[in-house]
Amino acid sequence: MSVLSVDDLRVTYSTKGGDVPAVRGVSFEIDKGEVLGLAGESGCGKSTIAGAILRLHSPTTKIEGQITLDGKDILDLSPGKLRAARWTGASIVFQGALHALNPVQKIGDQIVEAITVHRMADEREAHVRAGALLEQVGLPPRRIDDYPHELSGGQKQRVMIAMALACNPSLIIADEPTTALDVMVQAQVLKLLRSLQHDLGLAMLFITHDLSVLVEVSDDLAVMYAGKIVEEGPANEVFHTPVHPYTKALAAAFPEIGDDRFRRRPSGLGGDPPDPQQIPSGCPFHPRCAEVTQVCPELVPELWDAGSGRFAACVHATGAPSLQTTNP
Amino acid sequence: MTDTIPETPAPQLGTPVIEVEHLEVNFKGRVGLVSGLMGHKSVDAKAVDDVSLTIHEGEVLALAGESGCGKTTTARAIMGLIRPEKGSIRFKGKALPRSTTSLRPYRRQVQMVFQDPTAALNPRQTIYEIVAEGLRIHNVNEGPNGESEEELVARALSRAGMRPPERFYLLYPHELSGGQRQRVVIAGALVLDPSVIVADEPVSNLDASVRGEILALLMKLREELRISILIVTHDLGLAWTVADRVAVMYLGRVVEIGPAEDVLQKPKHPYTKALLNVVPEAGGEDRPILHGEPPDPTRIPGGCRFHPRCPVVASGRAEALGILERCNEQDLMLETASPDHEVACHLLPLGEDP
Amino acid sequence: MKTETEPIAPSTTGTEVALPKRLSPRKIRRARRRKALSRFWSQFRVNKMGMFGLAIIIFFFGMAIFSIFANKGRLDPTITTNGPILASPSWAYPFGTNLQGISVLSLVVEGSRISLFVGLTAAFISMVIGSAIGIWAGYRSGYSDIILMRTTDVFLVLPWLALAIVLAAVFGANMWVIILIIGLTSWAGTARLVRAQVLSVKERTYIERSRALGGSDWHVVTRHVLPNVMPVIFANTILTIAIAILSESALAFLGLGNPLEPSWGTTIEDAFRNGALTLGKWAWLMAPSTCIVLVVLAFTMVGFAMDEIVNPRIRER
Repeated sequence: MSVLSVDDLRVTYSTKGGDVPAVRGVSFEIDKGEVLGLAGESGCGKSTIAGAILRLHSPTTKIEGQITLDGKDILDLSPGKLRAARWTGASIVFQGALHALNPVQKIGDQIVEAITVHRMADEREAHVRAGALLEQVGLPPRRIDDYPHELSGGQKQRVMIAMALACNPSLIIADEPTTALDVMVQAQVLKLLRSLQHDLGLAMLFITHDLSVLVEVSDDLAVMYAGKIVEEGPANEVFHTPVHPYTKALAAAFPEIGDDRFRRRPSGLGGDPPDPQQIPSGCPFHPRCAEVTQVCPELVPELWDAGSGRFAACVHATGAPSLQTTNP
Repeated sequence: MTDTIPETPAPQLGTPVIEVEHLEVNFKGRVGLVSGLMGHKSVDAKAVDDVSLTIHEGEVLALAGESGCGKTTTARAIMGLIRPEKGSIRFKGKALPRSTTSLRPYRRQVQMVFQDPTAALNPRQTIYEIVAEGLRIHNVNEGPNGESEEELVARALSRAGMRPPERFYLLYPHELSGGQRQRVVIAGALVLDPSVIVADEPVSNLDASVRGEILALLMKLREELRISILIVTHDLGLAWTVADRVAVMYLGRVVEIGPAEDVLQKPKHPYTKALLNVVPEAGGEDRPILHGEPPDPTRIPGGCRFHPRCPVVASGRAEALGILERCNEQDLMLETASPDHEVACHLLPLGEDP
Repeated sequence: MKTETEPIAPSTTGTEVALPKRLSPRKIRRARRRKALSRFWSQFRVNKMGMFGLAIIIFFFGMAIFSIFANKGRLDPTITTNGPILASPSWAYPFGTNLQGISVLSLVVEGSRISLFVGLTAAFISMVIGSAIGIWAGYRSGYSDIILMRTTDVFLVLPWLALAIVLAAVFGANMWVIILIIGLTSWAGTARLVRAQVLSVKERTYIERSRALGGSDWHVVTRHVLPNVMPVIFANTILTIAIAILSESALAFLGLGNPLEPSWGTTIEDAFRNGALTLGKWAWLMAPSTCIVLVVLAFTMVGFAMDEIVNPRIRER
């Protein structure tokens, strides 16, 4: 049963310098109890998707395609119904709880506010629930009266998670939730997210640039580049046996300790992720690709079958249409 | 996947270039006026508490640990940017002088690469000026073989992988990508022909796919120019990729140091083992994760500073082995576990592994 | 997989500047300054407020330069009758004449030179003192900072008008005394602003890099701090000019001006004292007043426009 279904999503920002196509046709599905990891670097469009699902972008941003959450067409909802869907249908855990929490409001009150705004309970009940939520995320309930500055980074992130759970959403969108945290705290928060997701049967969209985190947390993994998904499949397969050269480069940045293939062999990609307003022809990755062929600058790839449940938008995928490929 | 890349060979440990001994750096605590009047005393934070290590010629030493462990402070003290309370730093045998002006010749030899390449470049200066700044500060009008300033700048940019260098002279930092900016920072360091480069989290602010390039560049510099590199990082995977030796720090002290293969694969300190356990990887289901946050450098625990969080203590194994009292009460320094591999843990004398 | 891919030069190279044949540090610095100035100008050019203010300033500057050649000897207030006394505006005397028969237009034109000169010079003095103190306090920190800032606080709350009156009484009311008084009492605001900017710049990584390269304090301040503080200083100075011109007028209005050096302020004072209001001689009073308002407004507009360009936080997206 699919909780979130995204079909051919296209998001275009309008700026003074023209239109910026941040997302250019992304489709995926997340079922109940499933975690989809969305990986990519700066400018690939992954955070844009998070905002699009809850329609948090400014009115000048064009969103096309279809987003279905809990059976409802998000892009078609009236403002009132949309507000109701936010937080109760899907909620977001942001990055850097540094700025996401109101510094002059007690954390308990902020959780209560999330509950009462959606009229899920009255104030007294909301307070009780807030305490229970704090306990669920591993914080002592008495901290309900603390201010954000009295909490550490990891603790603040836990509060964010508690807030995200406040209205019993079916989907949690985690946008770089552990990026600013220390490795040990990151591990704690990830463990918490996984156990909550498992216990509550939540669907989760986990967005981050850290591929190794996704491998640990997600069931399926999708890699984005220049506004499109370039490879997707079971997390383990995509990470350990990538097909798309970009995924290979990304995975090489997170070597496993003890793996001699990476010992004293740092490898990376030259150049930069492309400017969304100047996307290269054909396969957008071709200028930086180590396995580029003659057809790549002309052929716009689609997600073709690459075996073992993976799909890759690359001529090297086994399911790609057979072409005269001559390596340069 | 990577079989086309030749491995950069491991060098022998050369002569010591930088020797740090019993380094101590404190940060003064501050008490507000009212608290001071009420009798509260300021508490100093012992950012670096008795650290000794050696950087050898042509080696890559990784200084690893969580935030607040003192690795960045140690690096800055080695650079001479922070004045230590106690301890000595010797460069090629000679102790570091105190005043800023007498430090200048040292600064030619030991250069720094910063975490945020965008912040490290003055947005109003052109690339040429940025790279040439070091030459101007030290009044270098020509190179050792009579090269002009421009030739020196061009050579530094080329060595840092910016080719052709002339194309970048009049550009501004905001016109370059993150990776290129870091290369400019590296070029600015190279222009003075240093013997040591101290790199503070040189790739953590860069996109993941671009990191390998910068790391490969650092390794190439080590190989071709025999530059020693001290990399400060929280990422043990990075240490696995580039480091010859790894030093792990906790709360201001080095708790384990040795060849990367040993420290990262057969750690002898419970903290190192815990850090390695939390490196995310597939199928890492129920690995032991340390509780709590990295503690406060103003309140360093007595005894072994790691004992409140140590899994060996928490699991009762320390008690079973009879060392619990020592863990709780006896502070300790690095001791040799095997040639080149030192660790500061009470398990060592027992020959036990964490 | 490539080991070291040589990075491609950026696809967006911005403004391509022709590389000079022989590269020298001076040529590069000049090229950079030219580039920076043209960038600034292209942004300023589209700012309507700024351009309007600039136009007014240019107009009055022109007037001031013209006055150097125009009014030789015609403005001697010691001569009681230069022309018809208290004439109403006519073609010969567009703003009428004052009690000495001097054309008010001549007074206005002459006044432009005096007022602008006083305003600019006083603002310059104020800027130099304020910037020096601000930079020293901000960069040095510690005791220097505390002492300098407390001194600044004193000057900030100083009742400068009272002080000005006393000083003028002691040293005589001539133009230079007025300039010094204004300059020496209005630097405090600049000092605080500059110090704040220095504090923020000081923490930036490129400052640390410069020190790591071996740069001395002097090098860091002149090469990195100052250039990044200059735009703020400049924008603030423009606004200070406006304040200085107003201050001069205020002092002149209180009778502290020198009647032999007629500024707009002394003209207003003269008119007021001689009952221009009751006599209905509006032009005598309004002409110089309007000039002051226009010039102050113009400098303020230019100052705000510069602030918008220089301060990225105010800039609209």
